[in-house]
Amino acid sequence: MAIISRGFSGRRSAADVKLPPGQYLTTDFPVLSAGPTPHVPLDRWEFVIDDGTNVLRRWDWESFRALPTETFTVDLHCVTRWSKLGTSWEGVSVDTMLADVKTDASYAMARSYGDYTTNLPLKDLRNKQAWIAFRFDNKDLAPEHGGPARLLVPHLYLWKSAKWVRGITLMHLDKPGFWESLGYHIYGDAWREQRYSGDE
Amino acid sequence: MWHLGTVIALHDETATARTITLEVSDWPGHIAGQHVDVRLTASDGYSAVRSYSIASAPNSERRVELTVERLPDGEVSPYLTQEVAIGDSLEMRGPIGGWFVWRTQQTEPIQLVAGGSGIVPLMAMIRTRASTGSTAPFRLLYSVREPGAVFYRDDLLALSNRDNKVSLTYAYTRVAPKDWPRPPRRIDAALIADVTWPSNLAAICYVCGPTPFVENAVGFLSASGNTSDKIRTERFGPTGDRK
Repeated sequence: MAIISRGFSGRRSAADVKLPPGQYLTTDFPVLSAGPTPHVPLDRWEFVIDDGTNVLRRWDWESFRALPTETFTVDLHCVTRWSKLGTSWEGVSVDTMLADVKTDASYAMARSYGDYTTNLPLKDLRNKQAWIAFRFDNKDLAPEHGGPARLLVPHLYLWKSAKWVRGITLMHLDKPGFWESLGYHIYGDAWREQRYSGDE
Repeated sequence: MWHLGTVIALHDETATARTITLEVSDWPGHIAGQHVDVRLTASDGYSAVRSYSIASAPNSERRVELTVERLPDGEVSPYLTQEVAIGDSLEMRGPIGGWFVWRTQQTEPIQLVAGGSGIVPLMAMIRTRASTGSTAPFRLLYSVREPGAVFYRDDLLALSNRDNKVSLTYAYTRVAPKDWPRPPRRIDAALIADVTWPSNLAAICYVCGPTPFVENAVGFLSASGNTSDKIRTERFGPTGDRK
């Protein structure tokens, strides 16, 4: 049970804005990264889907950009409590990238340039819920926001949307990624406020 | 798990930043560099939560110091820097974070680079080093707008004057003290090359500040030969490239 903070009234969001619990609205686009921003030249960029042993699919930038793309507008929710609504992106659906991949794996590890990792159930990457995005707001995605391309899984906290993504490793057993090993929640559903390990 | 802290001291660091000392009877202890979530609750049940870095070293008195910079359009920081009084209770969750931390077992050279209020978690590292008698070589480069915007001035002076000192360099961006050798300007490649550890020492670099500051500082550190795996960052605020 929360205690009342004497003299605090707060500043509520507009009544018609529905945010996940504990979030506040921002119109900025804050940047949170654990280390240096990688700068990946497009002629060296690649994206690989593997099963931990074998490469199942591989794209270079040209073949990746030849895939059908989608434009989409989604809300972003960061575990540091800001939410940004109605962001518009262009990217390739992860469904498209997994289309020809036969697997009985249940989990995935997204891997990034700069060695960041984050784990997700594979089903959260399927069914029109996840994209490899390369344009934001009608501009090429800036390096500090994850360019040339980042994963976007907007129904989970934003740390799951790996910046500078370079591949997905399919796994039979779930395994914690970078932040998940450092006290953050293994799944990270913003609407259930799964911020830290131990949150239900 | 929320802890209840009692405000036992308030200290203004600058015109816009205040250090709040809390006594937290069930505090589990923390590691230098970690942060807490602070929750304020209005009388109708509305609540707002923000994260603040811990400024103090772990201690046996179960005291936690937070330094809060007042943001002009902030929801929580104006309350914490202007309304909170000694004797008030604040709800806190934490400590949080296992990456941007300095552990006392670390013996390698440490390069701290602070931009503005980014000094707070780095100060916890400096204080922890002092309180545990660590001899890990520490350097701090502290970029700040003007002399009046420096946090922890006296503490930093004391810790950089004694034996086994932390070597401290201020970089002023707008106004420098009289006769200061470097004219006020942002940090640049030459300054980073001059005052940070030579890259062959493989120092761990902790860089904390506003996003554009961190992007610049990390770029200069990399150009000086520091490798990505040795650079840890903590950023706050917008990118500065769009509104």
